[in-house]
Amino acid sequence: MFAIPLAWLQLMRERIRLLVALAGIGFAVILMFVQLGFRDALFESAVRIHLAFEGDVFLVSPQSSSLIAMDSFSRRRLLQAQGVDGVASVTPIYMGFGLWKDPDKQGTRGIFVMGLDPAGQVFPKSMLPNLDPIKLQDVVLFDRDSRDEFGPVATLFARDGTVETELNSRRVKVGGIFALGASFGADGNLVTSDLNFQRIFKRDLSKVDVGLVRLKPGADLAQVLQAIRTEIAKPNQDVMVFSKEEFVAFERKYWQTSTAIGFIFNLGAGIGWVVGTVIVYQILYTDVADHLAEYATLKAMGYRNVYLLSIVFQEAVILSVLGFIPAFFLGIGVYRMTYKATALPIYMTQDRAVFVFVLTMVMCIVSGAIAVRKVQEADPADIF
Amino acid sequence: MQTTRALDPIGLAAEPIIAIDHVNHYFGSGRLRKQVLFDITARIEPGEVVILMGPSGSGKTTLLTLIGALRSTQEGSLKLFQEELYKANNGRLVNLRRSIGYIFQAHNLLNALTSQQNVQMTLDLQPQLGSREKKLRALDMLDAVGLKDWANYYPSQLSGGQKQRVAIARALVGQPKIVLADEPTAALDKKSGREVVEIMRQLAQQQGSAVLLVTHDNRILDVADRILYMEDGYLKEMDRDRGSDMAGAFG
Repeated sequence: MFAIPLAWLQLMRERIRLLVALAGIGFAVILMFVQLGFRDALFESAVRIHLAFEGDVFLVSPQSSSLIAMDSFSRRRLLQAQGVDGVASVTPIYMGFGLWKDPDKQGTRGIFVMGLDPAGQVFPKSMLPNLDPIKLQDVVLFDRDSRDEFGPVATLFARDGTVETELNSRRVKVGGIFALGASFGADGNLVTSDLNFQRIFKRDLSKVDVGLVRLKPGADLAQVLQAIRTEIAKPNQDVMVFSKEEFVAFERKYWQTSTAIGFIFNLGAGIGWVVGTVIVYQILYTDVADHLAEYATLKAMGYRNVYLLSIVFQEAVILSVLGFIPAFFLGIGVYRMTYKATALPIYMTQDRAVFVFVLTMVMCIVSGAIAVRKVQEADPADIF
Repeated sequence: MQTTRALDPIGLAAEPIIAIDHVNHYFGSGRLRKQVLFDITARIEPGEVVILMGPSGSGKTTLLTLIGALRSTQEGSLKLFQEELYKANNGRLVNLRRSIGYIFQAHNLLNALTSQQNVQMTLDLQPQLGSREKKLRALDMLDAVGLKDWANYYPSQLSGGQKQRVAIARALVGQPKIVLADEPTAALDKKSGREVVEIMRQLAQQQGSAVLLVTHDNRILDVADRILYMEDGYLKEMDRDRGSDMAGAFG
């Protein structure tokens, strides 16, 4: 016991090489954090609206694939759902992309617009405390976490109490500010009343994009879902019924499987991993090569091959731990920067930290497994 | 062994610590197979200091690595402490190495370790020793080679002679029964070379270890009890008095 910690001492002896190794590993770790962070932020941002909805059951058209690609269905289905046992209320939600004119620089850009009944409860009070302004004609609420390209609306609103601009070439007034956040699909969000939505988009309100159903307290979700499915969805074949959880999963699945984005970010993380593996391999290989005569001496003294292999793996593990720690904190910094620049919901989660740490560990051990082959060359009979 | 019995019927004389019988050794295989050792037979008794001389390429180092259990014996019999190395598996060889102190031409100290830690590496192979005891024994051994005050220095901070003395301390601290040294003085000047050999012989005698020393260095021949001469793979015993004369010829 208490043998000399050779792996540790050897790494510490070559300070410059150690720093270079840690920088390389740190770079790979940050690359993985950024790629996986972006991927998760994408999925997270895509379902931010879903998670904010205060509903228990959702109806959408079978042709819809995601909030940014909605097809509408007949409002009649929603009214039918109102009649199902356990349902307290139903609210139609209308969605579309409108062209928003930057009130400051006058450029236009597509913004995500939701039309809803100001009397219905769609979003929590904490997010939209006051829906009264949109009861007025051509008044909208603006998401202050929208991207900057829509103009300094929140700042102007705070200063002047109102902002006037154009939406789909129609003059509108900003009557309030809320906070939701941009997603990869929508750069910014507006909320207005269903009637204003009809005016802006010239759309028939009998066609609904999302039907939000709220249950009576104590009603059984599974039972109501089952009832709506058998009584409304099945006979008509023109509507899909989701619980809130299923609705979130539906949107997530779209982004994960129907877009290249998940693949691209996974690939990016994979490349980071490979780069890290190559760097650690280089470091370990050089280290073994430098110590070949010394390792051969250890063998001549009676140390077993296993001991030398364990030195290489210990060095690999030490490198992965020492490389991960600073990269973890830098990763948090990068996330903050990204959040400020993109308004995407990107932050360090415990799951991702653990996952990337495991990847780092595997990275270093794989490099070690390749580098230990060099140790076999440390044959005392050949060297002396 | 039979002759030993005949001369010493009640077995008072110690068994040879190294017994080499008709050992042949080859390098390469197939048509490139080349014999490098021919019918080597020799015995070394406990406490003996034996010098092995001979020109470069004569097979000295090959023989030394065979005795050091660094290679498998291909033909003939090689016994260390009565244990047969011919056909011994690698695990046995590794275990035997722990009873042998090896000193190389280059010191081969671990650069990341202090003198004391380098010496302690030998003791780490003996799991029954406590860490305190290992430390004390390493320090005692450094004291014995005259490096008491250098225990916490790294090899890069030591002179060539000092490094070789640390290497000797490392080889001897485990109290090996056999000390093998491959040109330990080659990289040293006359004075430190002399010191190193003296220390080696003195400590080996205290511990009762046999020493087999391969060298070209005729300045140190007088430390030997016996000189073996090797040429083209054949081993000859040399007349002790003629040793120093001949050393000039091939040293």
